[in-house]
Amino acid sequence: MTQDLHVAGLPGPVIHDEIVPARAPWLHRVKAGQTLRVVDLEGNQAVDFLLYTTADDAERYSAQDTIAAQANIFLRTGSVLRSNEGRPMMTITATSVDYHDTIGGACSCESNSLRYGHHTKAQHSCVDNFLEANLRDGRGKRDMVSNVNFFMNVPVEPDGALGIVDGISAPGLTVDLRAEMDVTVVVSNCPQINNPCNGFNPTPVRMIVAA
Amino acid sequence: MSALADPNAAREHARAMAGTVVEAMPTLPPRADDLPAGVGPDDLLWEETIAAGGYASRLLARGTRLRLIDLKGDACASLLVFNAAMPTERLNIADTVKVQWDAYPTTGSLLLSDMGRVLASIEQDDAGTHDAFCGASNEASNRRHYGDGRNSGDHPNARDRLLLGAAKHGLGRRDVHPCINLFKGVRIEADGSVKTQLGPFAAGRSLVLRAEMELIVVIANCPHVLDPRPWSVTPLRATAWRGPITGEDDPIRTATPERLRAFLNTEDLYRR
Repeated sequence: MTQDLHVAGLPGPVIHDEIVPARAPWLHRVKAGQTLRVVDLEGNQAVDFLLYTTADDAERYSAQDTIAAQANIFLRTGSVLRSNEGRPMMTITATSVDYHDTIGGACSCESNSLRYGHHTKAQHSCVDNFLEANLRDGRGKRDMVSNVNFFMNVPVEPDGALGIVDGISAPGLTVDLRAEMDVTVVVSNCPQINNPCNGFNPTPVRMIVAA
Repeated sequence: MSALADPNAAREHARAMAGTVVEAMPTLPPRADDLPAGVGPDDLLWEETIAAGGYASRLLARGTRLRLIDLKGDACASLLVFNAAMPTERLNIADTVKVQWDAYPTTGSLLLSDMGRVLASIEQDDAGTHDAFCGASNEASNRRHYGDGRNSGDHPNARDRLLLGAAKHGLGRRDVHPCINLFKGVRIEADGSVKTQLGPFAAGRSLVLRAEMELIVVIANCPHVLDPRPWSVTPLRATAWRGPITGEDDPIRTATPERLRAFLNTEDLYRR
């Protein structure tokens, strides 16, 4: 039997293990103390990521509260993902990528029309994935908030120039997140094909939850 | 005050307050002696000084100019912006910086909605220190820094102020979105660290927003979330006047292909 390198080092037994196809949404509840590992199977695949407090989903991930609390825009090992009420939701306990993004937001049909032109209107987008997953769970457009982009690279230059550039991830790289409260995770496996966030080729990712 | 035992005495007492002037208050009807050339007194729509630690919210028609003045150099205007006709459409900070390829909004920058439309343009900015990254202080952050962050205390937090302002328009916790902080700035270093620009600055710095849609704006004026000083914030003046809807040749509208398409999307919404 070949060893599954993607599960190495998890803190407990695997209780959920799923491949999210390219371009697809994913929703899963993670309980306090459990660890979610996201595996970038083929490399440089942006994983757009929202969090809601399971017990009260008007409390949700806030990029601004997260950035302010650590006075840094990049998410690294030790970064705490905070809610709009300033509470810790998940902690990045390990990652084999230097840093992840939380300022770049999620692609949408509407913002694609600004960034690339109205010819992109029919293309699939992260906001449509987020909406589809949230609608099934009783949430709607008001609940669309700021997000994390794992495995995505958005530097800010000294002159303020900001943009999504070539990724710094690679096949098999991972990020581990320990839930600090019971959370509902909503993911869009990003379908964007107009910038380097997915290497112009959306690919599957693997979600592993350990107790 | 035991002399107010009957309603008539209470009425006299209440009415005796009429005409009281304090530093932070609205002026009704609005009156201002420093309107720009070409703006007449009949065009004036709103004149209010927002208290240190206070908030305000307002409907703005398309074309309205909203001028904010940091009267004493230590205001921090945390701003929410909604499409008044459909408040599920609102300011999207990530799209605002990403679409315009620029982390630092200033003169000529657009505030973009999550529907690919321009909510407002920054028509004029002589401050240049604004913050799209750190967002509003919250009850927890103010409690850590000041010992208390409640609306009912002496150190109200910006998020709860924004919640109250949004609630006055029927909106709630799900509607309070990431904000932009005006007058307090940040710069992002190469390692991602956030360097704040908190002043205090010269008195009287100003910024003029041009409403490109029918808007609800909500403003909180509380210390920046990363301000390390003891509680420090000064009043913020808001003045709004009627103005023309942006024309096809407007230099902000045509400055970049992304901005032009944002205006095209907004104009499409009003093509009825």
